[in-house]
Amino acid sequence: MSSDRSAMRGITNRPLSPHLQVYKPQLTSVMSITHRATGVALAVGTLLLVWWIAAAAIGPDAFAQVQAFMGSWFGLLLLFGWSVALFYHLGNGIRHLFWDAGYGYNIENAYRSGWAVVAATAVLTVLAWIAGLVVLGGQG
Amino acid sequence: MRTRNSIRTDLARVRGLGSAQSGTHEWWVQRVTAVALVPLGVWFVASVISLAGADHATVVDWMSMPVTAVLLVLLLAVTFRHAQLGLRVVIEDYVHNEAAKIASLLAVNAILALLAAGSIFAVLNLAFRG
Repeated sequence: MSSDRSAMRGITNRPLSPHLQVYKPQLTSVMSITHRATGVALAVGTLLLVWWIAAAAIGPDAFAQVQAFMGSWFGLLLLFGWSVALFYHLGNGIRHLFWDAGYGYNIENAYRSGWAVVAATAVLTVLAWIAGLVVLGGQG
Repeated sequence: MRTRNSIRTDLARVRGLGSAQSGTHEWWVQRVTAVALVPLGVWFVASVISLAGADHATVVDWMSMPVTAVLLVLLLAVTFRHAQLGLRVVIEDYVHNEAAKIASLLAVNAILALLAAGSIFAVLNLAFRG
């Protein structure tokens, strides 16, 4: 048994992914998978962006359809989710770039930067929607 | 330091290209596009907010301005390249059947290429329409 184990250690002498089923969720691991999830969501969300730009080029009728959809409760929900995903992925992406540059690796700093990203996501989302509503109000 | 179980030659290690023969190129492009998307993304979100509720004519005027058109084309090209590299890693991590993996990679690449070309064409079409 022990000889098997040391033989295996020889083959897998590198960091391995944790088994998620037996792993207690932590801020760092949850934020890591959320970065991936928001990235995929934003990639799907580009459909909305392409639709908006294409409709503008096609003409007023096509554009009015997009506007009506974005203004519906479902459209607003999608836009809200898109803004949360964007600000999270932006903030956590910058956190990742600092790691890539070699900074902030110790546990204490990883948690500090993690909470900073969570807070920045909330603040930026709220500010963006307040700004959007102010612009909308200014036209009324 | 060479690890005990490595069967790679010293020359292969120095070249650092790995089994895919592309080394860290895609990893690096992912970072370069990420850095570019920080200012482009902030600019785009600020622009969209300022256009909240704007009618068709206003949005078309904004999109066909030279500065807007150039930045939009960049934003779209960089966004779709970044998305392609990100989705590629996700597919490679979770799709283990080789045929399904290659099929989904090709499908995702095709969809993203169509979206990128289509949206960039729309921006240029508006910009050159005058």
